[in-house]
Amino acid sequence: MGIKNAQAGTLESGDILVRISPNDGNGIEINLDSTVAYQFGAQIRSVIDSTLRELGVDSAVVYATDKGALDCTIRARVTAAAVRATGRDVWND
Amino acid sequence: MMFVPGNNPGMMADAHIYGPDSIMLDLEDSVTIAEKDTARLLVYNALRSVDYGDTEMVVRINPLNTPYGRKDIEAVVKAGVHVIRMPKTETAAEVEEVEREIEKVEREIGCLGRTRIMAAIESALGVVNAYAIATASPRMMGIALGAEDYCANLKTQRTPGGDELRLARETIVVAARAAGIDALDTVYSNLDDMETFRKEVELIHTLGFDGKSIINPRQIEIVNEVFAPTPRAIEKARAIIAAIREAERRGSGVVSVNGKMVDRPVVIRAQRTIDLAIASGIISEA
Amino acid sequence: MNTIYERAALVADAAQRMGKHVYSPGTAGKITEARLEFQKKSPKLATLEEAIRRSGLTDGMTISFHHHFRGGDKVVNMVVDKLAQMGFRNLHLAASSLSDVHSPLIGHIRNGVISRISTSGLRGELAQCISHGLMDEPVVFRSHGGRGSAIASGDLHIDVAFLGTSSSDPLGNACGYSRSPNARSICGSLGYALPDARYADKVVVITDDLVPYPNTPNSISEHDVDFVVEVDSVGDSSKIASGAIRDTKNPRDILLAQQAARVIENSGYFNDGFSIQTGSGGASLAAVKFLRESMIEKGIKASFALGGITAHMVRMHQEGLIDRLIDVQSFDKVAAESLMTDRSHKEVSSCEYASADEPGSAVHYLDVVILSALEADVNFNVNVLVGSDGIIRGAIGGHPDTAADSALSVIVCPLLRGRIPCIVDEVTTLITPGSTVDVIVTEYGIAVNPARPDLAARLREKGMNVVGIEWLRDKARSIIGRAAPLPFGNKVVGVVMNRDGSVMDVIKNIEPADD
Repeated sequence: MGIKNAQAGTLESGDILVRISPNDGNGIEINLDSTVAYQFGAQIRSVIDSTLRELGVDSAVVYATDKGALDCTIRARVTAAAVRATGRDVWND
Repeated sequence: MMFVPGNNPGMMADAHIYGPDSIMLDLEDSVTIAEKDTARLLVYNALRSVDYGDTEMVVRINPLNTPYGRKDIEAVVKAGVHVIRMPKTETAAEVEEVEREIEKVEREIGCLGRTRIMAAIESALGVVNAYAIATASPRMMGIALGAEDYCANLKTQRTPGGDELRLARETIVVAARAAGIDALDTVYSNLDDMETFRKEVELIHTLGFDGKSIINPRQIEIVNEVFAPTPRAIEKARAIIAAIREAERRGSGVVSVNGKMVDRPVVIRAQRTIDLAIASGIISEA
Repeated sequence: MNTIYERAALVADAAQRMGKHVYSPGTAGKITEARLEFQKKSPKLATLEEAIRRSGLTDGMTISFHHHFRGGDKVVNMVVDKLAQMGFRNLHLAASSLSDVHSPLIGHIRNGVISRISTSGLRGELAQCISHGLMDEPVVFRSHGGRGSAIASGDLHIDVAFLGTSSSDPLGNACGYSRSPNARSICGSLGYALPDARYADKVVVITDDLVPYPNTPNSISEHDVDFVVEVDSVGDSSKIASGAIRDTKNPRDILLAQQAARVIENSGYFNDGFSIQTGSGGASLAAVKFLRESMIEKGIKASFALGGITAHMVRMHQEGLIDRLIDVQSFDKVAAESLMTDRSHKEVSSCEYASADEPGSAVHYLDVVILSALEADVNFNVNVLVGSDGIIRGAIGGHPDTAADSALSVIVCPLLRGRIPCIVDEVTTLITPGSTVDVIVTEYGIAVNPARPDLAARLREKGMNVVGIEWLRDKARSIIGRAAPLPFGNKVVGVVMNRDGSVMDVIKNIEPADD
């Protein structure tokens, strides 16, 4: 799926800023900077990865700056960034 | 009813710990045009994931005459919201249109009739049509006053005494009572003036409102104090709780008080009355 | 006849039997200089370098400091810089606590001037470097009461104490405030410095306001002081104590404070003449405000408030709600000024405050303490020292002392801080044993130690939301998921002493996060 550069989220506490850009078919590459990297780094990566794949995005470079967001927030932010990157909404237009 | 901006994940994650009766996640005025899409996704995911306990969950959607309203409805109905709050409602037709949209989504996912509607009345026309709005759909569970827009529309401004809101408040309470639904008052936004806030809560309690909209957890205590249950309400709640215990003892799923069936929202409300009475120190145990 | 000449032989005889000399008037004569001038030549007055040299300090010895100047402290860095310049090595730095401003110590640890540290806490860059394994010797952590006991018993022997003060006369009568118009700094109580003054072999008082003798009433007595050093500044006043009462507006803190106050009101200890202490967290400070309202409403007065004294406590004392203030550390300027002017506001040393060995220490007579926590676990153990990322970021303070000796200890601790769980299976580091913790207040419910069924029953009866501690842990897990274990290394970077002098836990090094 073709994507362009897009981002969603903020750097507020409890939120995550997700930036997505094309990766020329080289899979999903996640760069994560998190305040809870030790305890939840792997979990956050897996939520980002599965959310993108569920949306049909299987190639993207993701830069995520996490300020302790819950999984539901990460899913929301990744989805929003992906919707903006692909131009395809998850809700009926 | 506590207002929480729909683009603030930190606040959405734990708004219920302060014990409001209901939480209104806002997609309308507190969310900028550029963030309508991300807030909708945040609210959707929060409703699906966060355990809000017995708190009634409300989402204020954008009006249907904007590009966001329909998507808002789709998202929050799919997420299982209890109540959709319509902003700036002026006619019964608007309620019917929202109802149709809700039904469309409910049919798609197979939960017809689950979502209820509350309408905020924020203009002179809305006040004039209050009863028609309140009775526009069997899903209607309440009407609320939105004072800021109403005052602008009336070409006046808010005062500490609230004279400018008198007709609107009384009309809304009467319409709600006539329709058999709840009446909810507007917000008070000056957090540094708790005295005026208390006076306003006392006023609307006297007028007959069922509750107050709030913007900060610090306002909850005052509302609870003013709305502390009467001895009669406590007696009624105790009777309901006793009936449940009795039904449990008999192993029966059907609960009735004075021959009337009691359903789950009533039970929750009774428990809340008891909790509130204990919390306000009126009684020491159920 | 009975003259002194006739008695000379008897005087000589008596002197011989007592092993003493016979008196002889010397040639020195009287000093006639006016005393205001004369005191300026006090033999105790010295420059920092002279004082260090004359103190007899040698490599490997123990030097000590207090932390009453908090984030504004200039004394530790000033003295250690001088020691480095003079070529000292392998010193043991025993501070009552260390904070962000002490990051220059990192250089002095690397260059071998400081090789051991004892403290109540560590923060900032220094804490981070030590957590990553900067030092060969582990840092020894003690509570305030534990440090007082260790100094008194000789467990922690201090060779030279360097004690910053806000005023001193040339003989060493010194205070944490100054009554002179030249006052430059104010910290109030010097409670953590008093054991050092009393037990250290040599005591160097460092002050930025040298006032005429006698600087009384005094905290540190000239009796204990060997040298007095005048410097331009002992600390940055704006960072020592703020003047204003800062009330938290964080709704979660307010909720926790309200719940903590209600726990106390319904605990059975909220009676006329009760005594109370609060920790320094926003929620525990705010709890006092709610208690005040109930005290007024119910006509209850406290006999004393203990510990870190705040402007709130001072106000309640002035309102007649608290009879006496017992102050080991003044938290703000209002408290510091009250200590200076109010005779029922008493300064105490950390020994009199919280020593387990001292039967009269104030904590033994404390009814209720409200404390905060970084983490608590299902066994009610509490950690206030090491962050959930494995980095040291706090101080033991009086936490374990007050929890152990009070009649009721109430810990306020949010269930979650962002995505960090605060009610866990096992605390990262054991600081306050669960057997001494009675109640843990979270925003999701109140857990009561199973050892206190009486308390749980009373709180339930009053309609409070009493829940199991395991339920809280599970609740946290259901919201944020399960945290992965921290990547600790195998080097011990810290040792946590119990207040009885036993070793309670160790802190291992942690790798820097790579993400």
